[in-house]
Amino acid sequence: MSLKRALCATTALTLCSTAALAQDSSITIATVNNGDMIRMQGYTDEFTAETGIGVEWVTLEENVLRQRVTTDITTKGGQFDIMTIGMYETPIWGANGWLVPLDDLSAEYDADDILPAMAGGLSHDGTLYAAPFYGESSMIMYRTDLMEAAGLEMPESPTWEFVREAAIAMTDKDNEIYGVCLRGKAGWGENMAFLTAMSNSFGGRWFDEDWRPQFDTDAWSETLNFYIDLMNEAGPPGASNNGFNENLSLFQQGKCGMWIDATVAASFVTNPEESSVADSVGFALAPNTGLGRNANWLWAWALGIPAGTDQEAEAKQFIEWATSKDYIQLVAENEGWANVPPGARSSLYETPEYQEVPFAEMTLQSILTADPLNPAVDPVPYVGVQFAAIPEFAGIATQVGQEFSAALAGQTSPEEALENAQAIASEEMEAAGY
Amino acid sequence: MATQHSRSAARLMMTPAVVLLLGWMLVPLLMTLWFSFRRYLPLRGGDLGWAGFDNYVRFVTSSAFWPSVQTTLILVGGVLAITIALGVLLALLLDQPMWGQGVVRILVIAPFFVMPTVSALVWKNMFMDPVNGLLAHLWRFFGAEPVAWLTDVPLASIVLIVSWQWLPFATLILLTAVQSLDSEQLEAAEMDGARPLSRFAHIILPHLGRAITIVVLIQTIFLLSIFAEIFVTTGGAFGTRTLTYLIFQRVLESQNVGLGSAGGVYAIILANIVAIFLMRIVGKNLDR
Repeated sequence: MSLKRALCATTALTLCSTAALAQDSSITIATVNNGDMIRMQGYTDEFTAETGIGVEWVTLEENVLRQRVTTDITTKGGQFDIMTIGMYETPIWGANGWLVPLDDLSAEYDADDILPAMAGGLSHDGTLYAAPFYGESSMIMYRTDLMEAAGLEMPESPTWEFVREAAIAMTDKDNEIYGVCLRGKAGWGENMAFLTAMSNSFGGRWFDEDWRPQFDTDAWSETLNFYIDLMNEAGPPGASNNGFNENLSLFQQGKCGMWIDATVAASFVTNPEESSVADSVGFALAPNTGLGRNANWLWAWALGIPAGTDQEAEAKQFIEWATSKDYIQLVAENEGWANVPPGARSSLYETPEYQEVPFAEMTLQSILTADPLNPAVDPVPYVGVQFAAIPEFAGIATQVGQEFSAALAGQTSPEEALENAQAIASEEMEAAGY
Repeated sequence: MATQHSRSAARLMMTPAVVLLLGWMLVPLLMTLWFSFRRYLPLRGGDLGWAGFDNYVRFVTSSAFWPSVQTTLILVGGVLAITIALGVLLALLLDQPMWGQGVVRILVIAPFFVMPTVSALVWKNMFMDPVNGLLAHLWRFFGAEPVAWLTDVPLASIVLIVSWQWLPFATLILLTAVQSLDSEQLEAAEMDGARPLSRFAHIILPHLGRAITIVVLIQTIFLLSIFAEIFVTTGGAFGTRTLTYLIFQRVLESQNVGLGSAGGVYAIILANIVAIFLMRIVGKNLDR
């Protein structure tokens, strides 16, 4: 008898909770565990209070997030109503019809305020498929005190040759100060993002207009040799294992003279609570070789809606909220202007309070110098500055990244690494039918 | 004694479990086989039709294939050699009566309870980091240039990390075997004037034979599919790409399910060759 009663009670409870779930509209969002996204989660309650829409978060590390959302969208799994994706995924998925077009956002949202470089990288055929939450380019972050001690002055737009001289002058290996920290960890979003942007400034590119890989060109050979020589002379030990996070920690500990990386890092290295060198950081544009292209990239973390979700309207409401001017204002009021999501909207850079943030102007300049449609000196058949937005790219670039990482570690010569890279890329492109 | 009746009842009752387990194994296996013959590229729109043996040919002729098989075998062999050698040594030590034996035994088996990802991260960031790692400080303390472990000796470093994880397992199995050894036999040998080394070689080691084969068998099965430690430490760079890692790259990074599935079929074949080979040795050893 008691068993029967217990069963009844359980059934009733289940029914109640199911009914409760059905009443409440709730959306599930997959996102990356970056500081700005974590902050956004803290403000979710305000969104729920405003709209009555509940939000569930799935927060993952960048690589894991990529695999999860890619698997979900290709298998039409339908786990998420909003996905955090980047400039690489958006045009490809948009072209496949996997994302809901964002061409009908409300007038007060002011979609025209989105920086053109960001909107361009998140569109396919002129239609926006994901709204940028924050955008970034890369720039030089350097120690002003070490620069002064070396008797040098950083120009606003330095050449690679100057960077090399300054790096060597600042290096003091006995005291564990290394002139320049650069990405060396293999991965298409790690060392290859940096090296691709760097090769753009040396006149290199990934593919020519017939989709032939270009690692057998002089431009790539110069790029890789310069990079490896520079890192051997003035880089930290074990650089071939360093990615963004490793270099951030080295810089914050005061062990790097210069660091060329994402502009979002500026708020971390100038935060006195996290960085021991917060008061002596200067900023400059990513280096060039006088060919008209700087070694800076362009990236946005953006929110997109997978096609076929039941909660399309609610998802759009959330995207409008999270990427709006009001959200920026909300964060600024609570946590100060240095902590707002940067790089997505033009109006942010016209705000007088934001103009006082030390890295604001250099971030905007860096973003504006990157052009995803014309990233290299020579014309290219692909979209993207530090990547080529084709489905095969991630797989090829990760393998190529491993070759270059091995060359940096001294296990192969730069020439051998380039030969292997050319072979890998040719093999994969041929198999993909280019 | 079971009657005809109860036996068939038992069979009937076992059926659901057997069917479930078979399905559990067969469905993924058949799907892997099916996909390995398809041109399946999720980012290019999904299943693009029949591919014949293209995927198989491409997987084997790729420049990454043989190095990855070699890496897998070195990794498995290296870890087995280290864990068995040190496992025997530790088992003999732990068998000696000593003060605080219980605590020491717990400490020795502790690494086995650490998740592979966590242990790989701890080793990478706290020990092997060439700037901030404990080993780097130690090297500098003695006036030596720190070693960039994961780039200079990447495969050896991974073998070390994995061995650290599996040593407790080997030690435990071997310790049980050591404890089951008849002490009178050893005493008799000692009285006959056998030296410690020959006692070890002629009495202890043969006695451990069975335990060692079990350790080899179980560890090999797990080590062939090792993944987390490589993912966390080197991401497959510097010649640490095993067959499993190569398959992961093909399926998830290159988004080529067909090619990866063909790799998966090769991996199953390789694992079966090793398993048959080992079973024969184990069988011989256990029959004795």
